[in-house]
Amino acid sequence: MMFVPGNNPGMMADAHIYGPDSIMLDLEDSVTMAEKDAARLLVHNALKSIDYGDTEMVVRINPLNTPYGKKDVEAVVKAGVDVIRMPKTETAEEVKELEEEILKVETELGCIGRTQIMAAIESALGVVNAYAIATASKRMMGIALGAEDYSANLKTNRTPGGAELLMARETIVVAARAAGISCFDTVYSNLDDMETFRKEVELIKTLGFDGKSIINPRQIEVVNEIFAPTAKEIEKSLKIVAAIKEAQAKGSGVIAVNGKMVDKPVVIRAERTIALAIASGIMNKEDVQ
Amino acid sequence: MRNSKLTSLEEAIRKSGLRDGMTISFHHHFRGGDKVVNMVVDCLAKMGFKDLHLAASSLSDVHAPLIQHIKNGVITKISTSGLRGELANEISHGLMKEPVIFRSHGGRGSAIACGELHIDVAFLGASSSDELGNACGYSRSENAKSICGSLGYALPDARYADHVVVITDDLVSYPNVPKSISAADVESVVVVDSVGDSSKISAGAIRDSKNPRDILLAKQAAKVVINSGYFQDGFSIQTGTGGASLAVVKYIRESMLEKGIKASFALGGITAHMVKLHEEGLIDRLIDVQSFDKVAAESIKNDPFHQEVSAVEYASGVHQGSAVHALDIVILSALEVDVNFNVNVLVGSDGIIRGAIGGHQDTAADSALSIIVCPLLRGRIPCVVPKVTTLITPGKSVDVVVTEYGIAVNPARPEVAEKLRAAGLKVVDINELAAKATSIIGTPDALPFGDKVVGIVYNRDGKVLDEIHNIVE
Repeated sequence: MMFVPGNNPGMMADAHIYGPDSIMLDLEDSVTMAEKDAARLLVHNALKSIDYGDTEMVVRINPLNTPYGKKDVEAVVKAGVDVIRMPKTETAEEVKELEEEILKVETELGCIGRTQIMAAIESALGVVNAYAIATASKRMMGIALGAEDYSANLKTNRTPGGAELLMARETIVVAARAAGISCFDTVYSNLDDMETFRKEVELIKTLGFDGKSIINPRQIEVVNEIFAPTAKEIEKSLKIVAAIKEAQAKGSGVIAVNGKMVDKPVVIRAERTIALAIASGIMNKEDVQ
Repeated sequence: MRNSKLTSLEEAIRKSGLRDGMTISFHHHFRGGDKVVNMVVDCLAKMGFKDLHLAASSLSDVHAPLIQHIKNGVITKISTSGLRGELANEISHGLMKEPVIFRSHGGRGSAIACGELHIDVAFLGASSSDELGNACGYSRSENAKSICGSLGYALPDARYADHVVVITDDLVSYPNVPKSISAADVESVVVVDSVGDSSKISAGAIRDSKNPRDILLAKQAAKVVINSGYFQDGFSIQTGTGGASLAVVKYIRESMLEKGIKASFALGGITAHMVKLHEEGLIDRLIDVQSFDKVAAESIKNDPFHQEVSAVEYASGVHQGSAVHALDIVILSALEVDVNFNVNVLVGSDGIIRGAIGGHQDTAADSALSIIVCPLLRGRIPCVVPKVTTLITPGKSVDVVVTEYGIAVNPARPEVAEKLRAAGLKVVDINELAAKATSIIGTPDALPFGDKVVGIVYNRDGKVLDEIHNIVE
């Protein structure tokens, strides 16, 4: 998920050419007070007029308790955004409040249920309430860690190893898995230190995250490389998926591949591997069919 | 020493037999740091010359003082490969009575060699010279001030001009060999304080582009090279010096190491990137008409397999055996490409001249595979367009256009398109790219061109390709 400032038309116009899985146009921290209205208008028009292809479009709105939050919701839902990212989420009630705001606009448009929600958890209270937040709405598609605010809230600093984030990261992954939604790790801002970035991506993949937030196209390659499955893994997954399709066609539930029984978790992992291979650009969608 | 040709600039001019209406020539190896053109033309103006034809291999921002000499009638005609800055702006607005003649580097070389462009007096800046005129673009003395490396664009002038004046800021003891310009071709040697500002002659350290769009374009271009069918042991390559072109070399290098492929030669403007590959044993020889940075300039001085060539040997379309005839792959940039693969590298989207033909026409025409790397959009300016503002390199010479929105292959090269598709690259119709650009930024207003012809673009074979009209505010 690539962060793009919502007040930079040049960056918004071609952010998708670098191949991120999703783009987050930001109306919150990267936009100054004086530019909030202009950025909202710009983001609205970008969503409506730019062909972002298959890229999932996310907009980070301002908190609902600011003068901008509700206007942001109206503008981006009307422009057909895929996901609204709510910043600094601390309780399930906040998610419900956003859901109501979205519903109002969607009702007016006649497209109820179209917009999904991602909640950014950026405080100790948010981490404590992670599962409640993750399950607060049917629209919840994921939760994400915002580490800058979180580490400030903890009264600590960010370190290269990320020891200060371990509890939050694990809690968010566990809450997301328990709720059956996705989870995304925070950004790494030092563009010149690709080595530490690489280590961080390796760490969060091991922890179980579905993806990493990034701030520059140069970081995409590293994320794709680390999240990309190996050729062997892909080959095995393709076999499993093909076998299960064949079994389903015959009406049989249990199958074996290479002499090993394949049950549901194995199939889910195989499907996930193929999805990752496509997202990482090492396989085409057509190859699967 | 006996028979010394040392003299003052004024005396050298007097001795040359220069008269009003004649042609004087210069090279552009000192690039943005050049002091020779302005120094000589100032002197000619002071001596009362009028109506001169200035035939330079190229002109840039630093030559803005020529505007005054055009206004006062000292210079009435210009031939060059390119124009930039205030001089280009004024000429685009109709400063000169006669249109500027634009030729490619190879086209200029062959025009001089064939007598089509006759030079009466050549004023050739040199980084070092002895008293008899053996001169080159580097120096072995400790007083070296203005190092440029190859003097390739000056060599046709030195050989074919009626009278040659070498101008240097580093007079060295005889014999200054190995040499670029031979004393046998030189009539006078003038020593001055400085021929160029070394900080503007060439970049010191190389910086890899961090611009994500450059990196994306470079990676795509490298994939085109690698999968084109020409990427085999013994291949040859030329690249430009833009951020994307330099980065291409980096990615090709990785693939060369991985696959154990080596290049027979790299051609053209040589950069530190190419020198590095040569020193690593990945490129056997460097053929250098212009050294783009200090590393390249040092290398040409010290390495016998880093060979200086003249513009004729580099890129003449007339002389069989010029190096471009042996070139496999060239990677070039563009201001605009149109749906017929025609390229413009000279006139900006505002109708103002802001570039140079360089070796674009020559290398595109004679290489086995020419690749244009060009973003679809530069800000709000479309770069893939229905028709180029000015035709510089005809589409029949252009094989592949790489943009961030996809790769277009000339329909005349279906086998290349097939290879790229097989490698999983996104090959698209060039009309789709132009339509994409229009869909994002709309159709720009037509440029306000006037009726006056301010420039004539020649093809390398001496035929007229296009005219540039004045721009009206």
